[in-house]
Amino acid sequence: MDKIIVTILGLAGIAFTYWFFLMRKGKEITVSDSVDILVEGGYSPEIISIEKGKTIKLNFIRKDPSNCLEEVVLSDFGVRKKLPLNEKITIEITPQKKGEFTFSCGMNMFHGKIIVK
Amino acid sequence: MIKKTFVIKGMHCASCVKVIEDSLREVAGVSEAVVNLITEKATISYDPQKATDQQLMSAVSNVGYQALIEEELKNEDREKLLIKVAVSLIFGALILWGSFPGLMETAPDILKNFLVQLILATPIQFWAGWGFYRATIPALKHRTANMDTLVALGTTVAYGYSAFVTIFPKMVEKISIEPMPYFDVAVIIIGLILLGRYFETKAKAGTSEAIKKLIGLQAKTARIIKDGKEIDIPINQVVAGDLIRVRPGEKIPVDGEIVEGDSSIDESMVTGESIPVDKKNGDLIVGSTINKTGTFIFKATKVGSETILAQIIKLVQEAQASKAPIQRLADLVSSYFVPVVIMLAITTFVVWYDFGPMPALTLALLNMVAVLIIACPCAMGLATPTAIMVGTGKGAERGILIKDAESLETAHKIKTIIFDKTGTLTKGKPEVTDIVPIESISKDELLKLAGSIEKGSEHSLAEAIVKDAEAKQLTFSKVEKFQAIPGHGVEGTVDGKRIVFGNKRLMDKEKIDVSGAVNEINKMENGGKTVMMIGADDKLIGLIAVADIIKESALEGLVALQKLGIEVVMITGDNQRTANAIGRSLGITRILAEVLPDQKEAEVKKIQAEGKVVAMIGDGINDAPALAAADVGIAMGTGTDVAIEAGDITLINKDLKSIATAINLSKKTMRTIKLNLFWAFGYNIILIPVAMGVLYPFWGIFLNPILASMAMAFSSVSVVINSLLLKRQKLG
Repeated sequence: MDKIIVTILGLAGIAFTYWFFLMRKGKEITVSDSVDILVEGGYSPEIISIEKGKTIKLNFIRKDPSNCLEEVVLSDFGVRKKLPLNEKITIEITPQKKGEFTFSCGMNMFHGKIIVK
Repeated sequence: MIKKTFVIKGMHCASCVKVIEDSLREVAGVSEAVVNLITEKATISYDPQKATDQQLMSAVSNVGYQALIEEELKNEDREKLLIKVAVSLIFGALILWGSFPGLMETAPDILKNFLVQLILATPIQFWAGWGFYRATIPALKHRTANMDTLVALGTTVAYGYSAFVTIFPKMVEKISIEPMPYFDVAVIIIGLILLGRYFETKAKAGTSEAIKKLIGLQAKTARIIKDGKEIDIPINQVVAGDLIRVRPGEKIPVDGEIVEGDSSIDESMVTGESIPVDKKNGDLIVGSTINKTGTFIFKATKVGSETILAQIIKLVQEAQASKAPIQRLADLVSSYFVPVVIMLAITTFVVWYDFGPMPALTLALLNMVAVLIIACPCAMGLATPTAIMVGTGKGAERGILIKDAESLETAHKIKTIIFDKTGTLTKGKPEVTDIVPIESISKDELLKLAGSIEKGSEHSLAEAIVKDAEAKQLTFSKVEKFQAIPGHGVEGTVDGKRIVFGNKRLMDKEKIDVSGAVNEINKMENGGKTVMMIGADDKLIGLIAVADIIKESALEGLVALQKLGIEVVMITGDNQRTANAIGRSLGITRILAEVLPDQKEAEVKKIQAEGKVVAMIGDGINDAPALAAADVGIAMGTGTDVAIEAGDITLINKDLKSIATAINLSKKTMRTIKLNLFWAFGYNIILIPVAMGVLYPFWGIFLNPILASMAMAFSSVSVVINSLLLKRQKLG
């Protein structure tokens, strides 16, 4: 009996994990000139949609002391920046190509996306 | 009001202290700033609402020094981390002593008391291990998970279960389970993982050393001459046009042009060449290089972010941030990794509970914890970027600037290298190579005659002759009735004699017999030289050969490439005969001659169509399209004028041997990356199933969570250390 309960709870746990982490859809935000990105357990907003050829200011403010998040990397734009705690660090980008470009923390555990339209 | 300490770099005298203190006190919100020259630290009291760390740091950098708050914080962080590690491991050892079968018999009774173990474990779980929760909670709010999530989950399960059986032993006994806590597991895991993290931050600091070195090269002050007075000003206040005096042994503050005096300058910073270069009036000099012997005054031409050093730093920083294509797989895996591990951990629990031996609940729990703990996504995340950082930094130290990680990755696949001849294999400026007198005339006299008559000519070969004559300090004679004959040469009267100077066609036209020198002429022409003949009063009196000289490093550089098994191709606008001659002297067999500049790109594409990865090497000025078309475009900088944007790889040291070095660097970096990825993937692929207990049915082996944490703690460290080993690799 207890084995059946454990099995059912286990399967439910797996399904929940799948749903919770892997079926998540981020909110997309359209940015025209500048956006504040809160760095705390991830990036919010995490999907930023911008126009090609326009210069955008991304203001990262890190509130999370986890050393995973202490750097932000926009590899497609050649940017790797340290984010000191509680400070606004501005990164300017001018995308010349359309497409989706991810940004991540230094260890590549947390991700955000820049969609260039 | 808060107090913070910064590390200040670049101070060398007591006046520096004053300058920094004054600058800091001027920042709004700062009430007190004390700078210590000996400890190289600034202690600042300020209102964090009014002044930010960045403002403080820029106040320091504005006056030409560097404030390193991060490093200081890092050190403090590291010290705190080490305390946590020590306390966790000591408490963990005590609990282990009191609970591990075989050991516990020797332990004092107090340690065997479960309540005492709970008291020891609780601060570790929630004080030392707080960082894991601190990272997990906000991540869960975003429905994401990371490394810390796994550790927090694993240790919480172990600690929570242990606390429960300690506080409610009767309840556990009721369901016929022995109330046995596993506090040692939670505590030692936290201790070991924090220890791993300590080593990792230490090692990671080493990967960015090259950039720190480059930044440290910058001069701090400049001695400008204003209204007849010399004053020292911080480097950032120098503007283009300022006149700056540099004395022996000093660092040249910014880029500029010498206007007075001469000296020899150690340009190894940009060229990698350790022999000082002589510079005189009118020569360009590079900021941050070191003045050796003389005193001179120069005019600043490029300051701030325009200087060559600033550009190099920017380029290296950008390259270190870029992503290598090989990383894509690791990226893909790491985005699914943590949730998958959590699902595997749940599966492990269920399978052990349903089918495992007794005590089923305990074994199911321990194995689940082992799975959560052993999984290490960080090693995968660190595998590529740490190696790229070390690789590009190592390149920069040797005058090889790599634009991005992709170029570094592609370089190791190069099969064919196309060299643009002029300016790359050769110096690009013709020089006099042979002076052959035919009649009884000395070499100098012949050169003097030729130089005198060519002085009025605008032909590029004439320039070479005039320069050579000037270098030998010959005085030119007066020329009368000078006339240039296009496509032939020049004629005129010198010292009463009628002189003609030019090619064979001119001699034919003048009916001068050259048959006696035909062997000599052919020999030189077959050697790739342009032969000019000089006739006086209708008689041939001598030959002067001019050629574009091959660079000293060319032959060695090409041999090094051939050793790597790379095919070398030469491309040039020269005629086939000259091209062949140069090709022969360098051992190049594949020669593309008479290629117009705008056809070079098409030639690159033709060779690519043969299925080869092609690198094109040029000066980056007129061959930019060909450089861009190649898989890897390599631009030869000229030391003082870096054509940084032109190539994927820029050789600022002008040394052709560096091409092989760059390819070797690429090969070594790729090998490190592959080893890192192999290790990081292999580690997870092998050890996660072991932790799940796949070996148990066969050999009765399962992994103790403490061993799992040990493996995990050192897996990311080993990846970073492997990348650091790249620094020690020889590049040949």
